[in-house]
Amino acid sequence: MSIPIPDTTIVDETPEQGKGVGKLDRLDRRAGALRRTTSSKSASIIAIVLAVLWTIPTFGLLVTSFRPAREIRRTGWWTAFSNPEFTLENYSDALYGSSTDFASYLVNSFVITLPAVIIPITLALLAAYAFAWIDFRGRNILFVAVFALQIVPIQVTLVPLLSQYVNWGIDGSFWPIWLSHSIFALPLAIFLLHNFMKDIPRELVEAARVDGAGHVRIFFTVLMPLLVPAIAAFGIFQFLWVWNDLLVALTFGSARDVAPITVRLAELSGSRGASWHLLPAGAFIAIIVPVIVFLALQRYFVRGLLAGSVKG
Amino acid sequence: MDWLLNPEGTGGKFAVMIVAILLFVVVMGVILLLADLPKRVPNWVIAAVFAGPALLLIGFGLLYPGLKTVRDSFYNRTSTEFVGLDNYVTALTRDEFQIVLRNTAVWVIVVPIVSTFLGLLYAVVVDRSRFEKFAKSLIFLPMAISMVGAGIIWKFMYEYKAANFDQIGLLNQILVWVGLEPQKFLLDAPWNTFFLIVVMIWIQAGFAMTILAAAIRGIPDDIVEAARLDGVSGTRMFRYITVPSIRPALIVVLTTIAIGTLKVFDIVRTMTGGRFETSVVANEFYTQALRQGEKGLGAALAVILFVLVIPIIIYNVRQLRASEDIR
Repeated sequence: MSIPIPDTTIVDETPEQGKGVGKLDRLDRRAGALRRTTSSKSASIIAIVLAVLWTIPTFGLLVTSFRPAREIRRTGWWTAFSNPEFTLENYSDALYGSSTDFASYLVNSFVITLPAVIIPITLALLAAYAFAWIDFRGRNILFVAVFALQIVPIQVTLVPLLSQYVNWGIDGSFWPIWLSHSIFALPLAIFLLHNFMKDIPRELVEAARVDGAGHVRIFFTVLMPLLVPAIAAFGIFQFLWVWNDLLVALTFGSARDVAPITVRLAELSGSRGASWHLLPAGAFIAIIVPVIVFLALQRYFVRGLLAGSVKG
Repeated sequence: MDWLLNPEGTGGKFAVMIVAILLFVVVMGVILLLADLPKRVPNWVIAAVFAGPALLLIGFGLLYPGLKTVRDSFYNRTSTEFVGLDNYVTALTRDEFQIVLRNTAVWVIVVPIVSTFLGLLYAVVVDRSRFEKFAKSLIFLPMAISMVGAGIIWKFMYEYKAANFDQIGLLNQILVWVGLEPQKFLLDAPWNTFFLIVVMIWIQAGFAMTILAAAIRGIPDDIVEAARLDGVSGTRMFRYITVPSIRPALIVVLTTIAIGTLKVFDIVRTMTGGRFETSVVANEFYTQALRQGEKGLGAALAVILFVLVIPIIIYNVRQLRASEDIR
């Protein structure tokens, strides 16, 4: 219905799912044919130029983050090459300085992210199993409803949720943030994992049933091992979403004790105070975690992204 | 139980986190165990055990608040008095909100089109280059960076100093190098909105590239071969074979970016805070509902956001249906 991702999109990310040698052969041949029709040299040059252009802003900030405070405020980062002077002071100040204290916000980010990834995936796995493999009345209607709720912008829910949390007396703690992130992730997670579960051959499940396995055992012993790639894909996507989120954190966790690093950065970015020169270092402290995840697990990341692009 | 709500220090925070995860695991474990104990359980009980927790949370956290917000949008700022469509009238007609709506429209039109175009360009060019993987990673990297981080990166690119000082921002330095006046990129309306939009394009182009490159590789060989035998090549191949073949992917990319752009909040918040006439609906929602305490108006803005998503989804569904029919 809403935004089905075309099958074709995942092909190049998972060549091992293709039909072995023949498929790779074809890809190679086509790649060769393409290369013959265009001068690959000029394409390479354009590719490099574009990639460099795309990276300059990040690179500039990275260089800036290692420059002494007075240089950051006075001259541009490109002058650092003719007049090299670098320091790690910004990083230690940003992390442990009393005015910024990014270290404790970093801790908050970790504390927020882990449960906000584990809880929705577990709940979504169970729900997806029910929708895929248990016959019950109203199954289709419920599934379509969950699916449709994907398009609800989270903005619509924030204020009523906040007053509910205040009523319960849990506002300003980690609990509302965990709960909210988990809830917002569910419709998409259920939908995606359901699609993966449906792809598992029926015979496998039937065979386990004949052997006398109940739903719980089938879920854990038959399905879970086969779903590891899907879980990884969604897990990474959710990790990045939660780690990089600003809106949910600002709404439910702007208090210093629970605010993640994005909140502190946005705050610092809005003020041009004495800590302004720590902004580049602070930004990189926040960026480095998702970038490592991205570089290490690019393949899964892409799959999660292809699948998860409709969320928000 | 106070330490669960107000943990002391880093150790305390991690302790609460572990308690939360364990609590969750234990509760789910007990529920599953109970469901598995009796030999013959009706299916609906099993279904309730598996799907119940998720459905309850969705009901509590999405459905109910959503309906509550729709209701609140027809009430005054404290939700005590019914005011009909007043909030919507304010949100759609007052001068400052006119600017917000105009900006949102510009964002939603410019970002998807330019990002998709650039992504397609990359997908075609980078795919044929020797440094494909490396170039792709670099272009794709902004996707992994938070919009807050991206906002700060670009704030430093746009940084302005008066002409008689050294420039800190690269873009103004380039202007100075070619003999132009430095510009206050983020302050001067209406162009500052476009400079914010650049940041979103910078992030989204990599996304478009990834999906479109995958789609291009998925074009069946026989189509390409047949076209080639007919003497089609170069731009005509691109125009008549490549683009029509990846139409579904193009639509997914366009609409996905459009929806993401509609809700863009972090970039505006980080870079200008919505001042200097750069606010958009999502940012205005945050300002009104959570900063100014304008509950009714904020709710109306959230509902407007929701309503604006719907035509994009409908377009998406229709286009994809249409391309399925062609096949």
